[in-house]
Amino acid sequence: MYSPSFYQIAPVIAVCASLAAVPLIALSGSRPNLREFWTFLAAGIKFAMVFSLAGWVLAGNVVEVDLIRILPELSISFRVDSFGMVFALVSSFLWIVAATYTIGYMRGLQEHAQTRFFICFALSLCAAIGVAFSGNLLTMYVFYEMLSLSTYPLVAHHQDREGRAGARKYLAFLLGGSVGLVLPALIILFVLAGTLDFAETIQTGIVPEGTGTTMVVILFFACLFGFAKNGVMPMHAWLPGAMVAPTPVSALLHAVAVVKVGVFCTTRVMLYVFGIDLMDELNLGIITAYIVSFTIVMASIIALTKDNLKARLAYSTVSQLSYIILGVALLAPAAVQGGLIHIVNHAFAKITLFFCAGAIYVATHKKNISEMGGLGRVMPFTFGAFAIASLSMIGAPPVGGFITKWYILVGTLDAGQLAIILVLLASTMLNVGYFAPITYKAFFGKPPAGVTYEPGIKEAPLIMVVPILVAATISVAIGIFPEYMMQFVKMVIP
Amino acid sequence: MEDLFLFIVANYNYWASLILLFIGLYGMVAKNNLMKKIIGMVIFQTAILLFFVSVAVKRGASVPIIKFTADNQPILEATAYANPLPHVLILTAIVVGVATLGVALAILQKIQRVHGTIEEDEVLEDLRK
Amino acid sequence: MIDQVPALIIIIPLFASLFLTLVGSLGHRFSYILLIAALAATFACSLLTLGLVVDDNQTIQYRMGDWPPPLGIELVIDHLSGVVLVLIAGCALLTAMYSLHPAKQDNPDRLNHYYALFILLVTGLLGMTASGDLFNLYVLLEISALSSYGLLARGRGPAYFATFKYLIVGTIGACFYLLGVGYLYIMTGSLNMVDLTALLSQPELQESVSVRIGFTLIILGIWIKMALFPLHAWMPNAYSKAGTTTACLIAPLMTKVSVYIMLRIMFTVFSVDYIFNSIAWSHLVIYLASAAAVVGMIAALAQSDLRKMLTYIIVAEIGYMTGGAWVANASGFIGATYHILADGLMTLCLFMAVGAVIYRTGDASKTAMRNLFQKMPVTAVVLVIGAASIIGIPPTCGFFSKWYLIQGAAQAEAWVFVAALLIASLVAAIMFFRLLEIAFFGDLDATDEHEGSQHGHGHHGPAVAREEAPLSMLIPMVITAVAVIVLGVYTKEVVNYFIIWSVPVGL
Repeated sequence: MYSPSFYQIAPVIAVCASLAAVPLIALSGSRPNLREFWTFLAAGIKFAMVFSLAGWVLAGNVVEVDLIRILPELSISFRVDSFGMVFALVSSFLWIVAATYTIGYMRGLQEHAQTRFFICFALSLCAAIGVAFSGNLLTMYVFYEMLSLSTYPLVAHHQDREGRAGARKYLAFLLGGSVGLVLPALIILFVLAGTLDFAETIQTGIVPEGTGTTMVVILFFACLFGFAKNGVMPMHAWLPGAMVAPTPVSALLHAVAVVKVGVFCTTRVMLYVFGIDLMDELNLGIITAYIVSFTIVMASIIALTKDNLKARLAYSTVSQLSYIILGVALLAPAAVQGGLIHIVNHAFAKITLFFCAGAIYVATHKKNISEMGGLGRVMPFTFGAFAIASLSMIGAPPVGGFITKWYILVGTLDAGQLAIILVLLASTMLNVGYFAPITYKAFFGKPPAGVTYEPGIKEAPLIMVVPILVAATISVAIGIFPEYMMQFVKMVIP
Repeated sequence: MEDLFLFIVANYNYWASLILLFIGLYGMVAKNNLMKKIIGMVIFQTAILLFFVSVAVKRGASVPIIKFTADNQPILEATAYANPLPHVLILTAIVVGVATLGVALAILQKIQRVHGTIEEDEVLEDLRK
Repeated sequence: MIDQVPALIIIIPLFASLFLTLVGSLGHRFSYILLIAALAATFACSLLTLGLVVDDNQTIQYRMGDWPPPLGIELVIDHLSGVVLVLIAGCALLTAMYSLHPAKQDNPDRLNHYYALFILLVTGLLGMTASGDLFNLYVLLEISALSSYGLLARGRGPAYFATFKYLIVGTIGACFYLLGVGYLYIMTGSLNMVDLTALLSQPELQESVSVRIGFTLIILGIWIKMALFPLHAWMPNAYSKAGTTTACLIAPLMTKVSVYIMLRIMFTVFSVDYIFNSIAWSHLVIYLASAAAVVGMIAALAQSDLRKMLTYIIVAEIGYMTGGAWVANASGFIGATYHILADGLMTLCLFMAVGAVIYRTGDASKTAMRNLFQKMPVTAVVLVIGAASIIGIPPTCGFFSKWYLIQGAAQAEAWVFVAALLIASLVAAIMFFRLLEIAFFGDLDATDEHEGSQHGHGHHGPAVAREEAPLSMLIPMVITAVAVIVLGVYTKEVVNYFIIWSVPVGL
């Protein structure tokens, strides 16, 4: 416990640590070790700050910081509560893990423009934490845009035709959604409500009474589809395209930071702007639940057809993200808890999966699943971790994904939505369908014709394998000991 | 019919300047020769100047210099003098018009040197090359 | 002494212009220093005046030659005109600093005459902003227009014809304005703005057809001058053929000042009630403004010439401001006035950056941007900031003006305008990202043959020599870029200290 004034500064430091690292990284571009030291230092400070805030939040406090009052009625402000803490903890912790892995990956492949890469990486983390801690919609929007822009060079990293096409699509969807849908919704909301601060509780929201139903519905869907990072169909199309990025980018940004920011914004708006009461009254929750159910099933089916490992993972992400929104949209306490805890569970599992894909690529330069037969015997740690993470995706105990499925199922029953149960069942079957064969073939299948592996273990560099194992271990740990993270979620909705 | 006639005659100064205005505008918009455009511009400006000056006229009034009656008393009635203000304004506007004309002619000369013509369509063709 | 400061704002540049025509024999350096000194003094005076206005919280009415209005000419400096004066003087000072190298390149002979015209234009703009007299405004309008013809024609070659067309159209605009002023004078017998406000509020004049015609002619004239769609055709050619410094000076300021004049005519001379109730044009004008925003941006997207692209952006921005002024509420008005400042700075920022690129590469098309980040990193960053502001990305000022404008449009339920603003932003985003992609990664079509090797890792691309613009261009550029962000961050202060006060009664 520190003095309360410390907690006023801590969120600012947490957000700005990586921002401050940017010039340092840029200046030490010619000395890679020093450059990486700055990344780690910033990541360490960031995590320390978030973690110290976590204890304070658990004690029942909410930190509110007013940074700059930009318009007479609006300010850039931070608010650290249990809802944002879930996301902030995960992303700041995973930055450390991912930074380790990234160094191995980038050096292993001797990638070009590494300095630019680390700069953008740091910027995007600043934006992600900024979103997690934002105290009103304007702040959230500002950091959301910052994230879109700072990740653009990462997606376009290879600078070839494919990379640019992916990056263009990425920006087109994200900016199109945010400028075209979210911004007007924001301003109209501001005109209606006179404020953009999030509500104190998740019940009431800030939309004033007497607002026309049509208007509320339009605003709601503008937010649902406008935060295109959440991957709800049909705004998901950027996600597979963005997988041309180097694997660490896909791992941290497109399994954790970027997409989770999208989901976080969506759920934040659902709960703290519209509020459970209003969503219940207008049946918005159920409609949303059906929309995202469609995404869950469709994305899983598309994933089945993909042979490129990263593409399959991308569609799996699209599907899993909708779980989170589904949970919240059901509005039953257990389902909301399940949805929110899935931010954590999915983050650890999916980052493991992407790390594995990257490790396989670095070690063997293989991208396609059909070429991976028998590879498990050469890279047992990688594929072991892969198997664990797939279990989490499927939702089998004792891995984290099970907790999610359990809560969401309970919530679905509470809400009395039997059709959704069918969706959950179908998606679980599909998850098994597209994950199990990968592991099975890797361990028990034969290598593709003309390829023989020398006996013995030939893993990726240690600096990559360790993060994989750490992430996989935590994935199991949060399945067995879910309480720590559940505390935060339960503070949002008891 | 008679009313219309009276209306036109009573305000003939306005109508005259209006006609000039349109002649000028026509010249500026429709003529192909750039010199004729400039002439149109001058007519256009002059029309407005005339419009202003004609406003100052009063029936039976004289130049705005204070006059004296036989017993050396100054005549201070506004109706006795034409309104001087429009004249002053128009003096300035004439200067502006002359300056514009000067700049226009200078640019026209440059156009002639660069493109070898002052016909708009030929200049455009030359530019396209 | 301090009472005379408002007059100095106009007198200093006027006399500097006179001196500059005479000092040709003293060389480039001297003219440059004289220009900078005069503009710096003007800037200081305008800052001081604004300080006085804000300090006492009241309008300064300065009588030229101590003749009392309505006959004498008044300079009226309130919060709005004060801040626009600072903008003009500041932008002009920055451009003047910037001009050291490019102006010499563009004007190998008689640089002092170029500078004389330069500062005469600034005089005209400052005078238009400060003047409280409709006819005086016309004269200053023509002074700035005439000097801008002279400046633009110095671009040589195709610039002559473009300037000629601008001259014809500009004269039509100014004459319409003059004719409209004539109508108002006939009906009221006054030319002083404050006096006119009182006279025009009489009920019989509110209904008068002549007053209505006068208003229509004035507004039409100003619209031509500010290049509101569809009266914008003269602008892109005239501005894009001009010399580098000329474009930097004229493009951001001329149209902005015209917008300011429109606001003055609408809300100072006439009243809110008259504009929005007696003359019920606002629907039509909002459609025009929306069309301007969308058409301008799309036309900009289609250009391959960089400066032509920027001028079409100005066409779109004019649409923003016009729409904001005509949605008839306070947010829209604040948006429009704030956007005068924001747009002045961000277009200056872009024109300077593009000017530096043209200065270094001698190429004005998009290919000049190739590998800009490696060649001219500072210029590239300035360009990015300007672009971000045009698109409307926080915390640049462009975001906040768009915020107010959309808020105003939403309050007025002018959904067409909301949609137009958003579409324009998106189109701007596409445009600048295509540009920055070339700047960042090089031109893809040109590197096609290296495609194979690009796939290989560890490829560092062709080594590009660093070739940054000279310091005299970089410093003003960076200052402008910083100003774009500072203005954005201090939006609240700008609105509260300057703009709020000028929101007309009844909005």
